Amino acid sequence: MTPLETAARALMWVAALVTVVFLMTPLVVTVAVSFGSSSVFTLPPPDWSLRWYQRLANTRGLLPSLVTSLEVAAFSTAVALALGTLCAIALVRGRFPGRDSISTFLVSPLMLPGLVVGIAMLQGFKAAGLRDAYASLLVAHVVITLPYVVRTVLGALSLFDFSLIDAARTLGCSYPMALLRVLVPALAPAFITSGMFAFLASMDNYPISIFFTDAWTKTLPIQMLQYVEENPDPTIAAISTGLVLLAILALIVSDRLVGLRKLAEF
Amino acid sequence: MKALRDPVVLLAAPAVLYLTLLYALPLGWLLAKSFSGPAGLTLQPYTEFFGDPFNWRVIGNTLGSALWVTVVCLAIGYPAGFALARAGTAMQIAMLVAIILPLSVGVVVKAFAWQIVLRRDGVVSQFLVALGIWDEPQRLLFTEAGLVLGAANIFLPFMILPIYSVVKLIDPRLSEAGATLGATPSYRFVRITFPLTLPGVVSGVAFVFSMSVSMYVIPSLLIGDRFQTLSTLTGRSFLFMRNEQLGSTTAVILLALAIAVVVASSWLARRLGSTE
Repeated sequence: MTPLETAARALMWVAALVTVVFLMTPLVVTVAVSFGSSSVFTLPPPDWSLRWYQRLANTRGLLPSLVTSLEVAAFSTAVALALGTLCAIALVRGRFPGRDSISTFLVSPLMLPGLVVGIAMLQGFKAAGLRDAYASLLVAHVVITLPYVVRTVLGALSLFDFSLIDAARTLGCSYPMALLRVLVPALAPAFITSGMFAFLASMDNYPISIFFTDAWTKTLPIQMLQYVEENPDPTIAAISTGLVLLAILALIVSDRLVGLRKLAEF
Repeated sequence: MKALRDPVVLLAAPAVLYLTLLYALPLGWLLAKSFSGPAGLTLQPYTEFFGDPFNWRVIGNTLGSALWVTVVCLAIGYPAGFALARAGTAMQIAMLVAIILPLSVGVVVKAFAWQIVLRRDGVVSQFLVALGIWDEPQRLLFTEAGLVLGAANIFLPFMILPIYSVVKLIDPRLSEAGATLGATPSYRFVRITFPLTLPGVVSGVAFVFSMSVSMYVIPSLLIGDRFQTLSTLTGRSFLFMRNEQLGSTTAVILLALAIAVVVASSWLARRLGSTE
């Protein structure tokens, strides 16, 4: 190996290490702070304690906002999976002009600034007479989740061999049965990956949700940011640790179901 | 109606209709409204906006911080993309977890964590003092360097993953063929490997740059009100200042920036694709 190649290998190793340490730092720090006794985020913590977790139970508004976020994410992901899969089938199977523009259009909410989309929706919904915050959240979040489903299911479908369905029918399957037994299992990894990322994107969304909240309806990120701005103490670290745990759980499940490398496909 | 001869097209209708009504139409309306004054078509909000030197600083802040974030992400992400594609199993799994796990955790959580990391007694400060780079602990929170570091951390996965996805497709035999023909390692990298990674670099840069231009939560938590970007100004004018005119103007400028990035990157990607 020439010195240059050795240097290139060394650079790769350094980059790998830097990446792992750099990317894990915020998560590790959050977890460490949440179990520390210090209220001013001293690290390493002078003593371990669970006081911030006890505080969690008494923090008003946190639980309702978590429930709102989960409901909105579940609803919008379900709707997106249905609409997105149908649309992807049309785009892959159909022979009509403008298919590329349609798929670009459907993925475009991912590429535009969330804040701008949120403002446009706020004014549009107002003009249409939709004033209820909760209903607006449900409707708006489908726009956030749909691109993830369309992008991933479209990719999976373009690799799917549709003659398999004909084969199943030749072997005596009814058409709906053939779809259920052949197409759905083939698309399952795409449903899981896109469903997970869509759900997380909805749970995490701030710039669109902020325009559809009122005193009673707040999503978790909105409530958390408000709390951070009002009283910055490790209570937020405690709830963040819960969310990190949830992410680890989701990762383990989807690793078992589709594999980590599949998740990294972009 | 030639298109409708194929009934499968109807399956696309619900999704397309949904997005048209609830997303495209409102965006179009926002755009139209920003150009209409009491006396019809007008550019006045824009001439007013661009006439104010403060706003030029806002635009400078926006583009400057986005540029720095992109540079930092590229510097770490380019070699990291290679490492991820070529590392052994253990390192690859460690990297995949380190990339995907933070992606599954919300931006509020990560930005809040960076508030802690960037404090005077935070991890970064302790680290730099321990290395001897800094003589005494300093606060990075509420500085531009802190903002860039935090944002680069949050957006780094979006640089690594596209680069990884092109690197892992590069046929190692290409480089070997180059070696057989007498090319030096550096020549092989510059002439064979590097051009093949460019599509990944373009899409990574486009992702990171456009996300940095429109970030809102990260600057609100890491730098505060005295450093305004187009995005924070847009949010503030709607949420706090109730100045919808200013907000619509900056929103349209942001929109134009985002679309410019998308158009430029897909043009570049097409050009790179055609020269292969």
